[in-house]
Amino acid sequence: MSARPIATTRSAAGMPTPRLAVWWVIASEIVIFGGLLGSYIMHRIAHGEWAEYAANTNTMIGATNTFVLLTSSLFAVLAHQAAERGDGKTAARFLYMTTGGGLVFLTIKAFEWTSEISHGMTITANTFWSFYYTAAGIHALHVIAGMIIMLFVAQTAKRNEDLHRVEIIGIYWHFVDIVWIFLFPLLYIAK
Amino acid sequence: MAESIPVEHADGHADHGGHHEMSFSEKYIFPLDHKMIAMQYMFTGMFMAVIGGFFAYAFRMQLAFPGINVPGWGVVTPADYNALVTSHGSIMIFWVAMPVLIAAFGNYLIPLMIGADDMVFPRVNRLSYQIFLLSAIIILASFFVEGGAFGGAWTAYPPLSTKAEYSLTGIGSTMWILAVALEFVAFLLGGINFITTAMNSRAPGMKMWDIPMVVWMIVIASILFMLSVGPLLAGGIMMMFDQQLGTAFFDPDRGGDPILWQHLFWFFGHPEVYVVLLPAVGIVADVMTVFSRKKLFGYKTVLYTAIGTGVLSFTVWAHHQFVAGIDPRMANVFTVTTLLISVPIAEMMFVYIATLYGGSITFKTPMLWALAFIFEFLIGGITGIFLGASGNDIYMHDTYFVLAHFHYTFYPIAIIGTFAGFTHWFPKMFGKMMNDNLGKLHFWLTIIPFNLIFLPLFVLGAAGQHRRIYDYQNFPELSLPWMQDLRQLATISLCVMLGAQLIFFYNVIKSWMSGPAAGKNPWRASTLEWTAASPPPHGNWPEGLPTCYRGPYEYSHPDHEEDYWPQNEPA
Repeated sequence: MSARPIATTRSAAGMPTPRLAVWWVIASEIVIFGGLLGSYIMHRIAHGEWAEYAANTNTMIGATNTFVLLTSSLFAVLAHQAAERGDGKTAARFLYMTTGGGLVFLTIKAFEWTSEISHGMTITANTFWSFYYTAAGIHALHVIAGMIIMLFVAQTAKRNEDLHRVEIIGIYWHFVDIVWIFLFPLLYIAK
Repeated sequence: MAESIPVEHADGHADHGGHHEMSFSEKYIFPLDHKMIAMQYMFTGMFMAVIGGFFAYAFRMQLAFPGINVPGWGVVTPADYNALVTSHGSIMIFWVAMPVLIAAFGNYLIPLMIGADDMVFPRVNRLSYQIFLLSAIIILASFFVEGGAFGGAWTAYPPLSTKAEYSLTGIGSTMWILAVALEFVAFLLGGINFITTAMNSRAPGMKMWDIPMVVWMIVIASILFMLSVGPLLAGGIMMMFDQQLGTAFFDPDRGGDPILWQHLFWFFGHPEVYVVLLPAVGIVADVMTVFSRKKLFGYKTVLYTAIGTGVLSFTVWAHHQFVAGIDPRMANVFTVTTLLISVPIAEMMFVYIATLYGGSITFKTPMLWALAFIFEFLIGGITGIFLGASGNDIYMHDTYFVLAHFHYTFYPIAIIGTFAGFTHWFPKMFGKMMNDNLGKLHFWLTIIPFNLIFLPLFVLGAAGQHRRIYDYQNFPELSLPWMQDLRQLATISLCVMLGAQLIFFYNVIKSWMSGPAAGKNPWRASTLEWTAASPPPHGNWPEGLPTCYRGPYEYSHPDHEEDYWPQNEPA
């Protein structure tokens, strides 16, 4: 690591800069998903017939994926705990497990989408399916981004460097998880 | 926290003072230094401003002299005309006002004014500029693809913008969305940097009320941007899918809703006005206090009104949609909130006038720009009240009255505010003084033509002249001789104004090359950036970062001999 500017090491607001920044990242992400889901909810209320389309989503698969993501978040917490103890090796191992959770999530999603698309429920079928694929797709992109960053963080954590990053990526991962907690009932449970 | 953030040591700056030699590309092409990134934003923004101005020239020529072979462009076809007005609006807001006012001044001033050596995330900062540059290249490249640049107006209302047969453009529309979306990402990254830097990296002793106003304003603007742009980013993805994949988010024939886009767009679009306004207001506060040698009247009032404006700005967006078929009861609500938002802004204007009252005013070039900002923005603000009233807006909507109104707000913000800031901080940025006489000549040759462009357009708008019409000869009631005269007056004034910018560029280059040395503090100002060398070296204060002891505007203080009291001077 090159020398950081002194600016980065100051914390006049009483919170370390990286943690402060990730909260602002999440604030801006909340508005992105807020706009998307707000639009979806308004449409859903206006179009009663969407309940029929929503009936085709597989609640069991959605629930399984919810369970997978929540479990991966548990690993993120365990990684943070290990990092707090200064145990970078264990933290890295838990981060790999979190990434694995993301991978399982994406694999299940891929099978689910393949089966839906092969039954004619494509993104252009109607506006419900457009929202379904757009919202879940943007969420999946966030999962992928989180996994990539997590692999980088695990690399440095393994060498006991920059252990504070474990917490930062954990906060982000929890956020991605929470977005899914909103998507699951909106797209799968509400029939 | 496993790794505690190290405490700052008195000698902690030693390794960041620029002792190692940097290669050309490290210093100028891929810099990490906040000042160099600010310059990249500044000059990219100015380059885009020249292009946006050229576009305005091309379509104004078509309006004043329909069918003419415009020198430098050729005959403006209807598709050209649509692409030109769309790109003029998009470029001037997203690639001129935002990069210059927020990114350039934010990057340059925040670390210097709060006494830090850099932004908190220099590499995120560099990435932000690179994404921004990519977005600028995409929007310019869209002129050279099949079908030309996007022609669906900068508001991109569907179904016009989603169907090629309406907007007369093919892939250009998608490139427009992509460019705008990338620009948003760049400014989200930049904004996070600005906010955390200002929150966390202030010099020891700098309390909330010791932060210079321009820093506050850029931070508030960044927060506003961050909290408003998300829905439009989502909407942009939806529109891109509508264009390229054939979804129907905004297509009423297939279960979509075109009004949804208008909500998503204006939920961002209206706060965006304040996103660019606030930094300009902050610049004017700093310039005005220096050149009237007075403390800012009501520092906290300005701050609270800015925050109040920011909060209210999220509740006014539907005043752009009074004729879009929204519920008239909703129109009432939005009329009330729209008129309410003029209260904090008016308060701010009064505070500025009170700051001038009794001051020892010197009319240097930056001060002229600052005063012009107040004067011209006032016209823009007051005409906004006409448009905010839903009953009146039904007549005025989409006429040149609206156009003149928002040019009287955006022009003071993006052009006048920028010139105020640029001429004020030029000595700090380049270490040289600008020529004041040339600066004043440029000022008058910009301000007078500006008014001569847009005052006639108010008249034309009130007479019913609609926007976005390619050739008024097709509308006999809109092509009366006096109307055409006013159009020509506006166009000729525009040409004069654009020509006058040559004086500015000459002045910048001449002063940069051979202007008199500025020294650390040519304006005898009290904020921290003036205690660094001009131009500040990498790390800003290699001799050690400053400590702050008092507020930013202690001019003509009775307890102090000199008429300014630098923030870093121990009591």
